[in-house]
Amino acid sequence: MRRSMLFIPGNSPSLLMNADVLGADSIIFDLEDAVSPAEKDSARILVRNLLRRFDYDSCEVIVRINSVDTEFWTKDLDEIIPFHPDMIMPPKTNSEDDVRLVSQYIGTLEEKCGMKKNSVKLIPLIETAMGVENAYRIASADERVAAIFLGAEDLSADLRCKRTKEGTEILYSRQRLVVAARAACVDVYDTPFTDVNDDEGIRKDASFAKALGFTGKASISPRHIDAINEAFSPTQADIKYAHEVMNAIEQAALEGKGVVALRGKMIDAPVVARARQVIEMEKAIYGA
Amino acid sequence: MEFQMNKVVDSIQQAIKASGLKDGMTISFHHHMRNGDYVMNMVLDAIAQAGIKDITVNASSFFDVHAPILDHIRNGVVTGLECNYMSSLIGKAVSEGILEKPVVFRSHGGRPSDMEKGTSHIDVAFVAAPTCDWSSNCTGRIGKSACGPMGYAVSDAMYADKVVAITDNLVEKLDDISIDGKYIDFIVNVDQIGDPKGIVSGTTQITRDPVGLRMAENAAKVIKASGLLKDGFSFQTGAGGATLAASKFVREMMIKEGIQGSFCLGGITSYMVQMLHEGLFKELLDVQCFDLDAVRSLSEDSNHKEITASEYAGVCCDSAVNHLDAALLGATQVDLDFNVNVHTDSNGYIIGGSGGHSDVAAGSKLCIIIAPLTRARLPLVVDRVVTISTPGNTIDVLVTQRGIAVNTKYGKNKELKQRLIDAHLPIMEIEDLKRIAEQYSGVPSPLETSDRVVGNVIYRDGTQIDTIKMVLGN
Repeated sequence: MRRSMLFIPGNSPSLLMNADVLGADSIIFDLEDAVSPAEKDSARILVRNLLRRFDYDSCEVIVRINSVDTEFWTKDLDEIIPFHPDMIMPPKTNSEDDVRLVSQYIGTLEEKCGMKKNSVKLIPLIETAMGVENAYRIASADERVAAIFLGAEDLSADLRCKRTKEGTEILYSRQRLVVAARAACVDVYDTPFTDVNDDEGIRKDASFAKALGFTGKASISPRHIDAINEAFSPTQADIKYAHEVMNAIEQAALEGKGVVALRGKMIDAPVVARARQVIEMEKAIYGA
Repeated sequence: MEFQMNKVVDSIQQAIKASGLKDGMTISFHHHMRNGDYVMNMVLDAIAQAGIKDITVNASSFFDVHAPILDHIRNGVVTGLECNYMSSLIGKAVSEGILEKPVVFRSHGGRPSDMEKGTSHIDVAFVAAPTCDWSSNCTGRIGKSACGPMGYAVSDAMYADKVVAITDNLVEKLDDISIDGKYIDFIVNVDQIGDPKGIVSGTTQITRDPVGLRMAENAAKVIKASGLLKDGFSFQTGAGGATLAASKFVREMMIKEGIQGSFCLGGITSYMVQMLHEGLFKELLDVQCFDLDAVRSLSEDSNHKEITASEYAGVCCDSAVNHLDAALLGATQVDLDFNVNVHTDSNGYIIGGSGGHSDVAAGSKLCIIIAPLTRARLPLVVDRVVTISTPGNTIDVLVTQRGIAVNTKYGKNKELKQRLIDAHLPIMEIEDLKRIAEQYSGVPSPLETSDRVVGNVIYRDGTQIDTIKMVLGN
């Protein structure tokens, strides 16, 4: 289950140490924008040492490396991959070639370290107009790709428009990414809401992203995590209905019935699939 | 009226002379002006000028502003200290052995109780009084140096042989008084008794630290899951980032569920004042203001009530702490028996004191300690705390960012533990918290100290519960 992804600057030891207690399903150790060029080496070493030393059992670990047009990205992977992060987030992914370049380099390191092939997944960050246009190709470029992620700050600069709280300027890109990801059968994550102090704003933005079809949402602030988790979690009513659906299916199977109805409505395959997803999320959130 | 005005003397020097202060006596001060207090330094300078030596200073707390006392110690003017709290600047000098006699550390409740029982005697009390009237009545509510309540000074005024009120605002008549004029022997009018800005403590702001906020949220969830958060709920929180932040989450829960509490107790901050004004609590019972909004509220709102240290936490009476449902407190160390240290740091240096910590822990139904699992690269949970400030049998729950431990070691809290498990809170054993902390910080080397005792920790019932040893290398 990955509803929320929290960015943690790669050069902040105290936050890195406690990253997994802030409520996010995934933590993104950031070696890119949060780290100045002068600190790239020290941040990389710090993150590497943390991955070597600690088990972030309750969280998925993602590392945002530097983009492939910099001198840093291979150094980042050289240090990080041997300590088995769950995912790598390559930023400014413009095309399927960018994905394959990173994937092949990771593959070489996996082999060198005796790691299982394709064990480290990719979540390309799409934050350029070219990236949005190539979203499906990026999402389906490589079997490592488990999700794609929209970055609206860089994107709005590339689109030469103002970034707003309402997000009208990124509506097309959001929808384009959702469709591309679903077509490629991967997850899709929404851009962070950047006003740290606007509690109502994050709730609205997360609910809107959920309504568009996103799997979850990233955040740059721990304060936003609860609102994101809430927006992307099933409600108690959803959970109750899912159990009713599964009970009805089981009962029908016992009675040898082929067609199942609940509250006067027929339960078809998509309804059952949705109920299973909800129950899986319930287990992930509340335990078995 | 004229007779009362005869109590006014021209200077602190004259008051000292008139009080009969002599070598070897004990004097006292309160700490309501906190780090803005001028009075202790003025009085000690005057005592030194008078050539008086071998004085014991019993202050409810010492702050860094009182650091000039160290010179008086070096010159033999001051030879003994007694307090409930000592900030790190003076604490460092004490830890390094500046005094021959050990410092006597009491609690906010133990100090007045010891005066009432006669086990702590004050020869002359010097009371910083923001306003005095012609009948010698004192208040902290008004005046240019208003500090709010004067609760810690009441026992001094009642039980000291002589009492000198030092004010910078002498008025004709006061309606609301903190200390009755009948207890005051002399009044000195000075230019300024302190800087009210110094009342505001840096630890009274709600933290923005995400780890602190996460702990605070979990602490609030513990309170909710305990079943105590219902109409009539009573609450105290310490003045620390995470403990104070828990109030924010408690407030949100109370609003959401329409709960009206009975009283908030203790050191009062603007956040408590806000909760009073929102109708979440019926009363604030205030022994000390931590910021100027609280000072203002005390003088304006009749439901914001001033109480004495005895009424707050005293042992000789049914004090307010005994009626607390939940209390949130901090810690520098907690050990496997849930003993808490708030006196010394991991290197053995004095950095605080009980204040009301052990009183509140003893009195409240649910005492929660909130602290990060590692601090300055050292683990919070240890085999044995450097100093026992608050005994473990009075602590119920330890909340850290990585898990919550319920104290079931003393045959209590089994039902509470199950309630917290049922609420899906991350419950673990305190031994597990220690192991996790050590994964991050390693196992610290045992602290080695000198054999010389520099402090005795006196529990609220008057018994000694621990000693503080001199740090090595001095």
